Amino acid sequence: MSKLHITTTVNGDPAEFLCEADDSLLAALRGPLGLTGTKEGCGSGDCGACTVMLDGSMVCSCLVLAAEAQGRRVETVEGLAEGGALHPLQQRFLEHGALQCGFCTPGLLVAARALLERNPDPSEEEARYWLAGNLCRCTGYDKVIRAVLDAGRDLRQDHGEKVA
Amino acid sequence: MNPPEQSFRVVGTRPVRPDGADKVTGRALYGTDFALAGMLHGAVLRSPHAHARIRGIDASRALALPGVKAVVTGADFPEAASVAIAGESAANLRDIARNVMARDKALYEGHAVAAVAATSPAIARAALALIAVDYEVLPHATSIAAAIAPDAPLLHDDLFTPGLKPRPETPSNLALHVAIDTGDAAAALAGAAAVAGGHYTTQPVHQGYIEPHACVAQWNADGQAQIWASSQGAFMIRSLVAGALGLKQADIRVTPLEIGGGFGGKTTVYLEPVALQLARQAGRPVRLEMSRSEVFRATGPAPGAVIDIRLGADKDGMLVGAEMTFHYTAGAFPGAAAHPAALLALAGYKVPNRKITGWEVVCNLPSSAAYRAPGAPQVAFAVESCLDELALQLGIDPIELRLKNAVGPGDTGPMGLPHGQIGLIECLEAARAHPHYSAPLAPGETRGVAAGGWANYGGPSTAAVALAEDGSVLVTTGSPDIGGSRAAMAMMAAETLGVPYETVRVTIADTASIGFSFLTGGSRTTFATGHAVIAAANQVIATARARAAQIWGVAADTVAWRDGAAHGTAGDSAGKVLTLAEIAGKAANAGGPISAEVGVNPAGWLPGFGVHICDCALDAETGQVKVTRYTAIQDVGRAIHPAYVEGQLQGGAAQGIGWALNEAYVYGADGRMENPGFLDYRVPVASDLPMIDTVLVDKPNPDHPYGVKGVGETPIVPPLAAVANAVSRAAGRRQRHLPMSPEQVLLGGDA
Amino acid sequence: MPPSPYSAPDNLGEALGLAAAPGARVLAGGTDLLIQTRAGRLAPTAMVDLKRIDRAMGIRPAGQGFVIGAATPCTALRDDAALVAAWPGVVEAASLIGSVQVRNRASLGGNLCNASPAADSVPALIAAGATAVVAGPGGEREVPVEAIPAGPGRTTLAPGELVIELRLPPRPPGGGDAYLRLTPRTEMDIAVVGVGAALVLDGSGRCTAARIALGAVAPTALLVEAAGAALVGTKLEEGAIAAMLAAIDAAISPIDDQRASAAYRRRIAGVLATRAVARAAARARGEQA
Repeated sequence: MSKLHITTTVNGDPAEFLCEADDSLLAALRGPLGLTGTKEGCGSGDCGACTVMLDGSMVCSCLVLAAEAQGRRVETVEGLAEGGALHPLQQRFLEHGALQCGFCTPGLLVAARALLERNPDPSEEEARYWLAGNLCRCTGYDKVIRAVLDAGRDLRQDHGEKVA
Repeated sequence: MNPPEQSFRVVGTRPVRPDGADKVTGRALYGTDFALAGMLHGAVLRSPHAHARIRGIDASRALALPGVKAVVTGADFPEAASVAIAGESAANLRDIARNVMARDKALYEGHAVAAVAATSPAIARAALALIAVDYEVLPHATSIAAAIAPDAPLLHDDLFTPGLKPRPETPSNLALHVAIDTGDAAAALAGAAAVAGGHYTTQPVHQGYIEPHACVAQWNADGQAQIWASSQGAFMIRSLVAGALGLKQADIRVTPLEIGGGFGGKTTVYLEPVALQLARQAGRPVRLEMSRSEVFRATGPAPGAVIDIRLGADKDGMLVGAEMTFHYTAGAFPGAAAHPAALLALAGYKVPNRKITGWEVVCNLPSSAAYRAPGAPQVAFAVESCLDELALQLGIDPIELRLKNAVGPGDTGPMGLPHGQIGLIECLEAARAHPHYSAPLAPGETRGVAAGGWANYGGPSTAAVALAEDGSVLVTTGSPDIGGSRAAMAMMAAETLGVPYETVRVTIADTASIGFSFLTGGSRTTFATGHAVIAAANQVIATARARAAQIWGVAADTVAWRDGAAHGTAGDSAGKVLTLAEIAGKAANAGGPISAEVGVNPAGWLPGFGVHICDCALDAETGQVKVTRYTAIQDVGRAIHPAYVEGQLQGGAAQGIGWALNEAYVYGADGRMENPGFLDYRVPVASDLPMIDTVLVDKPNPDHPYGVKGVGETPIVPPLAAVANAVSRAAGRRQRHLPMSPEQVLLGGDA
Repeated sequence: MPPSPYSAPDNLGEALGLAAAPGARVLAGGTDLLIQTRAGRLAPTAMVDLKRIDRAMGIRPAGQGFVIGAATPCTALRDDAALVAAWPGVVEAASLIGSVQVRNRASLGGNLCNASPAADSVPALIAAGATAVVAGPGGEREVPVEAIPAGPGRTTLAPGELVIELRLPPRPPGGGDAYLRLTPRTEMDIAVVGVGAALVLDGSGRCTAARIALGAVAPTALLVEAAGAALVGTKLEEGAIAAMLAAIDAAISPIDDQRASAAYRRRIAGVLATRAVARAAARARGEQA
């Protein structure tokens, strides 16, 4: 069987790759596209380390077929920082010490950005439930949640300044 | 006497870790992120049987599959020598070698029996299906009860329980016997005013790091090899691979990749010897990586335990005697931390009469591995539960009861020597004074408290400090950074040299680029590798002072070092200053580049103690428990980076809460694991936990320049009982069996 | 040329043609299918993705009722205010599946056709009186949701058939529904027991209709008609609840497995049914959203 040729958009740039029909989007990102920031922790949608955005909706890329990305928009952790400047979430994660080993961090950052884009002022409980699909074994989540809530504050302020 | 107060510029601040930007942008390279040109993809065939004799393996069809470049089985590995390996828990090289690839028998479901290397992962997987293994399925035992039954299937016919005198005449599954017998425990318990006790059980639990094991191995025709791997110790990998394959250590260069969590579980090898053997046969580099299911089925859980205990106190709450017998599941091979468990079980308390008997039991489970404070949480669960019962029986506040009995400096420690500057009493006092402890409870909520400790460790470490021409500083160690230790190393170097933190950068070097360091484990890195960094920085200072003295034409001992600069004090040099940058700039032409590499094996590490307070809400109709408030208090000596130390306490507490409530290996009657995934092996998710408040009690370690004590492991010791004590009070029934799943709390009997 | 092992047709006719191939599987969100395929439990010869077919996607009003495309991600339900107001129990069931990431893919059609006895959305849909539109080579038919599952992993769909839509009736005046489940964790878990309840109360608080359905206590999600009947004509007094519980106890056949014992499931079925009825009743009375 010949491979499928997929044309898609990754972090705003056009991209194309070849894949088998049963390859996951995660495998395509990490393999032919060379974007190893997205991690595999379980391969069954239970850990969230492979979280990416697909047409603006956060998904486990291990549970998406690579072929499904045809004509869609994919965003990964590599697209979070803009022009070398860290995203407020990345900055707050660093300041709070919201990562220890850092392996779950790319998925958590992508998921947290999706939360803040939807709701820039989440409660602690909302943040905890939104991020329940992202396992972190190192931190006990305390500093992760604090970093996300603080980043929300930063984004609200940024937005306020732009509006003003 | 308290040590003199020290003041610090860098220690105690909260800078961003040097590897931070890499880790929030996805650039950091972990186990599966590293690749080599021409690399093959490996896959491991694992036993579907819990216990089976391997009568033969026919790999010819796999080898014939286009794209398959190598197949290895147990026959391709030399018989490793029986050598004790110092790790976080005792192990034997021969067992480790047999664990990475079964020889005559498969000892658990998931035991590696063959491996292939092929040009793609799909071909490798397809090749596995073509390997024919002729198994003679044997009866299995996955529980302690089954493994020690009179008719139990024997795992190893050459295992004669060590520690038993006289040596047994027949082999058994009892892999180790340890005994501590001080005073007359039976008589003390008979005379006690109150006795608490019972039969406690815990299940095997996994470390649950999110990154599965992975490595890349390359073999050169001249016999030199390279391995890139995610682990807690590149030198550990070098040593174990060399031992397992009969190679010279200098011929193996191991480069540490970033590690996605370890918690003790990456202190041994699983894939590396196999990958190297495949690479050797194929003549090409090979990557091996595990799936999550393989991680659960084939890497080491912490032992499950069965514990029988009686603990007695007089009417004032002074402990008089304790009897405890415990069995730990070692899994397929001996080594389940029964020694530390026996030593630490009552280490926090003065109990004049104690009789502790511990057994390790081999059974058809994955070979157990270190997990954060190996051996301690299980026995602490039983002891701290008994203390809670005694407090209730005697009408004494549970912290007060512990304070009456707590050990302090000068009291006899578990090894018979007097304790140094330990801080259990200060932690208990801090817990009693914490607002959490006196906060009113909401209706339906209850509160539990428990203490716990860990011995910690020192061990050998090497560090190098070198100056760049502009005076910026390069620190190199061989200690993998599993949670921010690069920052601690940079901070200690900056503090010592008197330079800004931002001018110091840290590299975790490969085994060919720095001297030996023991693995990252035992809560030793900030203590021991920190010692090495400080010593190397001090050597750099000594050299810099000598260079300044040379420039000024004065004796080196007249040159003072402060604020990152040499200050002249003698004759014409008085008042003169040469900064580190100035000295570094002149160094090449004035004595040569300045650097120092120092190896240490520091004594004087101290045990860590902590006290945790847990509030729970119990749904009395369903048995569901929600942790509503949690505070972890710990003597940390002195926190180099307080945020990262808090993170250790929070992470350990969360793992302990998971162990208490939901985590367990579940085995079917067929000896196969039923929950080898994160769906049914339930580590806590964000919505399961509250914020975890921390209190860092500072009781500096006088044997470390900056007062450091190990902090990483202690936090997992108290939570099991802290949660259980809260739930017991809510349920009105002592919780003696983990995990306290909703069903266990609602219907669980007290077997 | 053999059919592509992955296809994403944009019309139902083509999808039905592709799905008729032996060994083909319909792909909606993929959150079960891809896991089972990767684990080797399924070996589809082809996957037919429904997500580019308009009818399979989105939530549309149908009179006062709703049509939900079978492959619509579960999160879309929570974002539809009219659906949330009408069938909050169905929405809360769909909002309990997996994590946000999973719910952005998982669908009602997939949850139904995966035929897990523990599927969260199925008891809620059954209680609500939902129907499934089944499309096949012979045309379309509309069947009650409870008629789809046949046993763990098995459905009553004929070869080549697929579910293209779910339909929910209008919320009756005085109606309210609820879904509750028990899991050891707060999220990311599989129901030990799930209970869906839908009631209609008249102005005096008397129950005029009731449907109770349970998950994870039988080989399929189970509509217990006698449990609903026990409530009709009552004001949900203690005696009525006791009669409902007796009917549930008689109808269910839970098993022991790694997630719970049969005894515990039996006990929890009663607890959750009582709570779900109270929640549905509060919604029927307008006391709770």
